[in-house]
Amino acid sequence: MAKVPLRKQCVALVLGIGFACSFAPAAPAQANEGRTAASGPTEERMITDNAPGHAGGRLAVALRSEPKTLNPALAEDEPSRDVIRCLTADMIHINRSSLKTEPALAKSWRVSRDGKQYTLQLRRGLRFSDGQPFNADDVIFSFQVYLDEKVDSSQRDLLVIGGKPITVAKLDDYTVRFELAQPYAAAERLFDGVAILPRHLLETTYRDGTFSKAWSLSMPPSQFAGLGPFRLKDYVPGQRVVLERNPYYWKADHAGNHLPYLDEVVFSFVPSEDAQVIRFQSGEADVLSRFSADNFAVLQKQQLTKGYHLYDLGAGLEYNFLFFNLNDLGSKNVPDIAKKQAWFQDLRFRQAVSSAIDREGIVRLVYSGRATSLWNQGTPGDKLWADAAIPHPPRSLDHARQLLQSAGFSWNKDGSLLDPHGTPVEFSILTSSSNAQRMKMATIIQDDLSQLGMKIQVVSLEFRATVDRLRNTFNYEAAVMGLVSGDADPTADMNVWLSSGETHLWHVGEPKPATPWEAEIDRLMQQQLTTLDYAKRKQLYDRVQEIVSENLPVICLASPNILVGASNRVANFRPAILVPYALWNIEELYIR
Amino acid sequence: MTHRRKLAAALVFLAGFYCLVLFAGFFAPYDFAAQSRETPVAPPTALHFVDAQGKFHARPFIYSAQDANQQATPSDANTQRPYPIHFFVRGSRYKIAGLFTSNVHLFGVDDPGQILLIGSDAYGRDQFSRFLYGGQISMLAGLIAALFSVSLGIIVGGIAGYYGGWIDEILMRGSELFLALPWLYLLFAVRAALPLRISQWQVFLLLATIMGLIGWARPARLIRGVVLSAKQRNFVTAARGFGASDAYLLRKHVLPQTYGVLLTQMTLLIPQYVLAEVTLTFLGLGVGEPMPSWGALLSSLQQYSVLSSYWWMFLPALLLIPLFLVFYTAADALQELHKSVPL
Repeated sequence: MAKVPLRKQCVALVLGIGFACSFAPAAPAQANEGRTAASGPTEERMITDNAPGHAGGRLAVALRSEPKTLNPALAEDEPSRDVIRCLTADMIHINRSSLKTEPALAKSWRVSRDGKQYTLQLRRGLRFSDGQPFNADDVIFSFQVYLDEKVDSSQRDLLVIGGKPITVAKLDDYTVRFELAQPYAAAERLFDGVAILPRHLLETTYRDGTFSKAWSLSMPPSQFAGLGPFRLKDYVPGQRVVLERNPYYWKADHAGNHLPYLDEVVFSFVPSEDAQVIRFQSGEADVLSRFSADNFAVLQKQQLTKGYHLYDLGAGLEYNFLFFNLNDLGSKNVPDIAKKQAWFQDLRFRQAVSSAIDREGIVRLVYSGRATSLWNQGTPGDKLWADAAIPHPPRSLDHARQLLQSAGFSWNKDGSLLDPHGTPVEFSILTSSSNAQRMKMATIIQDDLSQLGMKIQVVSLEFRATVDRLRNTFNYEAAVMGLVSGDADPTADMNVWLSSGETHLWHVGEPKPATPWEAEIDRLMQQQLTTLDYAKRKQLYDRVQEIVSENLPVICLASPNILVGASNRVANFRPAILVPYALWNIEELYIR
Repeated sequence: MTHRRKLAAALVFLAGFYCLVLFAGFFAPYDFAAQSRETPVAPPTALHFVDAQGKFHARPFIYSAQDANQQATPSDANTQRPYPIHFFVRGSRYKIAGLFTSNVHLFGVDDPGQILLIGSDAYGRDQFSRFLYGGQISMLAGLIAALFSVSLGIIVGGIAGYYGGWIDEILMRGSELFLALPWLYLLFAVRAALPLRISQWQVFLLLATIMGLIGWARPARLIRGVVLSAKQRNFVTAARGFGASDAYLLRKHVLPQTYGVLLTQMTLLIPQYVLAEVTLTFLGLGVGEPMPSWGALLSSLQQYSVLSSYWWMFLPALLLIPLFLVFYTAADALQELHKSVPL
């Protein structure tokens, strides 16, 4: 699902721009003991198909920074989302392993023939982690919150389809109906990550207008409740968040054991990726994800003696690319850059750059081989959607020189490239200094292009300053960035490819498509959004990928592999290429 | 006398080092930006005098893997071709001080052999060449920034300490305010106000100015303290009694007593500034890739993977130790010399 709020990544490493993904939601708990039997319908449990484990034990996880909030509607940083995912549940969930949807709080659903109406049947007899019952009112309340413009939740973007927010109606206590303005291709994937909030705890704050302060970490655990496998037990500022088993959780294995198996999950806060790696290596953390190939190599050396296992899951959904500033600079006072746009707008110039880039070198030097070179946005990890027919031309400086020559460029005595007016080709590549991988890519490209006689300077700025230039001031020439699709579905990237999109990075938010091929992409993307047949959608999206690889608005470079590690103590561990790579099935994990 | 000799030795060493750095193009076997993508983070090349047959060669040679994909290790030296080291070889073109162009390098080996005295970095660039070139910015900018800080410090601290009263009050509260400024945000603003691309000279001036400006407040406070106590000493009061002017007193009696503090401050500030440059680079205010700097060479050591896997990445740091030691020695000798001169 998901689309694209630019989110800040810890200023340690990793991504620059990410897609908000299917993030989940949150809500913790209150110990209302002794009201188990009581009234209401019998609990309709979900039976999982994992290998049965045994209860007990604690799982230790090191987060790269402290979560900023536990409010599912407000969380934007990855650590917050990691914790919230354990505390909350959604109605329909994407199984990270099969990439297909499966029932969660909704035990079944029906889609009307025109694809605009979804009727969800909720499980009966479920309780929040504080023991209060769950029913359709909580669903109605949750959607009211997420759709409220004043709350400004990142989920809202996903729930506005065809320009109109979806509507919710309660048919009875356990049936809700959603109406969409138009058919939606990703269909019920829509509901993944939309955490159901407890009306009984949050309605007052929502009516008071103090929702933006609700569920900050400093509130006592009794103020929280959710439908996730765990509930909040303790929070020590600057050190850790401790979660305990939610006794009311609604899943059980086929041997009849209540899930989750774990008694406790401890998220401790460490300052950097290196600190996470060291903790994992010493056994102080059981699970590790989102770390570099360099650290993977370090950990690999002791894999056999230290009692952990590392997983290289192959390419994920992240694609890194170089792009040029094609924004309309009329209103911005950057005449130097506007002049250079004559080069950037020339397709042959972009093709020459693409042809000169040593993608193999990037894979080897930046990712120690744990990545795949990329020629378009469909990563090999996106098996259902990547277009295998896109050509992968090898690096060729000769071809690049021919292209430049045909575009009227020439070389002077020193070998410097001159444009048709005799101006030397000099420009800078902007990248965020908090992302070591992209800095390296920029440095490699700098060297590659210098072999064509271009004079390139790598300009690295702190993350916010970079984003400000890319999205607001347009004061840059070229940039290396990366995006992570939140779901293996083209709708996840609507904001990138629609010419009016906010993450249409090379030309942000065009009032109308600037080129015929952008107009065609717009048409195709809109069309696939409302087409329900996979084969037809695939055809449409293949064409989008083809257009991108022909017109090179972004010059794709590489897609890193998803690297994960887990202690051998942890059983049922099944990492996946969708966010959150490691702990998506935390309720099924147990300690051997 | 020994102090004088110590000082002379230190100065000769420093002059030599500055020469090495200034003429980096000549002393470095490779261009600082030349990448060798087949052999990233290669270990240092071993110099050999004795070949596989046990024969001694006066001209040292190295082994290099014939197949660029495999790294040179002594164990499979037999399968590898020896490359003798030549002196005054022709290689990549370079400029010295932006004036002379040449392509003669002090030493080198024939292609495709590669001589990497202290290994190569993640792009396969020769660390030794990068070390020498990196000094051009780091050694000079660091020195100038330190001089700048200390001079500002001496002016502000000297005036505050000597005149006291409300002048002292204003200057010292001012310097405290300065210390409390949120520098990070000011630097963001500075970067935003600058053009996207900054030339190397601008970077150099920027580094020197920013580091100098940020660093003056501490020396100023120290110097004020020294001046405050110095001006009350008996011989100063006596001189004043004989009618010496403020300027004379400052020049002849008060400021000379701050030399010790000044020198120690200088020697402490220079290494600090070499590292400060890393932070500035992070904010986009320092030297960017592919230009080398000592700060950047050292900062790669902050990565756990480098620290635990590639011991030779420590070598640039080790090379800096004698340099800073000599700086301290020079400062120490100067101070001792100064003490032995009767006031």
